[in-house]
Amino acid sequence: MKPPAFDYLRAESIGDVLEGLAQQGGDARVLAGGQSLMAMLNMRLAKPKLLIDIMRIGELRQIERKGDAVVIGAGVRQADLLAWSDLTEALPLVALALPWVGHMQTRSRGTICGSLAHADPSAEMPLTLVALGGEVFLRDAKRRRRVAAKDFFAGMMLTARADDELIEGISLPVIKGSRFAFREVARRHGDFAIVACAALKTPTGVRLAVGGIADVPTVRDWPRLEGSALDDALNAFAYELGARDDVHATARYRRDLVRMIGRDLIGEVLQ
Amino acid sequence: MTRLKADSRHSVRFSLNGKSVEGEAEPRMLLSDFLRHQLGATGTHVGCEHGACGACTIVVDGMLTRACLTLAAQVDGCEIKTVEGLAPSADRLGVLQQAFRRNHALQCGFCTAGILMSLDHYLASNPAPTEAEIRDLLSGHLCRCTGYTPIITAALEAAAKLASSKQETSDA
Repeated sequence: MKPPAFDYLRAESIGDVLEGLAQQGGDARVLAGGQSLMAMLNMRLAKPKLLIDIMRIGELRQIERKGDAVVIGAGVRQADLLAWSDLTEALPLVALALPWVGHMQTRSRGTICGSLAHADPSAEMPLTLVALGGEVFLRDAKRRRRVAAKDFFAGMMLTARADDELIEGISLPVIKGSRFAFREVARRHGDFAIVACAALKTPTGVRLAVGGIADVPTVRDWPRLEGSALDDALNAFAYELGARDDVHATARYRRDLVRMIGRDLIGEVLQ
Repeated sequence: MTRLKADSRHSVRFSLNGKSVEGEAEPRMLLSDFLRHQLGATGTHVGCEHGACGACTIVVDGMLTRACLTLAAQVDGCEIKTVEGLAPSADRLGVLQQAFRRNHALQCGFCTAGILMSLDHYLASNPAPTEAEIRDLLSGHLCRCTGYTPIITAALEAAAKLASSKQETSDA
């Protein structure tokens, strides 16, 4: 199908974007890489009156190491971050998860922040942001605010972003001395995840984050668990996620994946 | 800042396979439709129109791009390469195209333009791909005729041929 009619604003500065958002509010949408939004427009699931293209704003295209964090601007494409020379050293979990985001042909255009704004429950970047405990930088015409990852995702394709706010960028912590693991099950590489899991070693034990089941990516921290205590914890977590049957997989299969992948990944990061 | 009104047509200019082209588009016009209907460049095919099938894949400013997930207005001033730019001349096929023909890597041909663009772009920066890498790249395309196996054979054959032809040139 074809998109509905809208005005198109080619923003040259962040000020242009904020002005457009302030004027049009919920009737405006920010267009970055377009790999989610354009599909929504073509299917007429989104009907904005104004599209604000931010991809010609140079200052949003930066990847910056700032102390113990990496700040990624709204215009950074997934392929740009994958090609960043410090990625494996600074953000090993992102290096593991990014190749699972869509296909090479969509990562070349799609942005990190666009994937977060879209907030698909099975998407890898929201899962990674929550697993690492990153922050989202929001800005409207009057003020800036930072929202912690766990407070950013409000539901299926819903976020804490107000209608007149731009996601200016995100910050991901550089976690030293830990170990990370990521695994996903989908019908085909690049398809929507049936279940995606990320695990990392924490100072007190282990953290597991699961996407694809609940409405938002969900994190659980445990002390070092082994044997049946770990099985019980994973089983309880798998049920708490509230899996449902759909055309792709049964609820039971999803719980099985959480139990099995969870156990494997936790074994990997604690070994 | 440029604001293009929804209900009027606006000039869009870009370079298509090395030639500058121009046409008019409403803001909502997809690049896939602009190429086909405004410019008559019907080599780029339109399948699913939500980025899943890969038939409309082209190269915009060196990036693999789904033309159906791109607005004509977005590519004003860009450099675009489509399947029409692959053959060295109207009566000859490129190395990759020849390999597709030799290996029966197409039947109905609907998906072929997009797959050729992905492979052409990928082989340029990865001259010695493994079969696994080609399979990963092809996960971004749907083909309902071939079962993919002849496409993989053709891609690997073209890569080998391109690599050996480069070697000869550099030796000379």
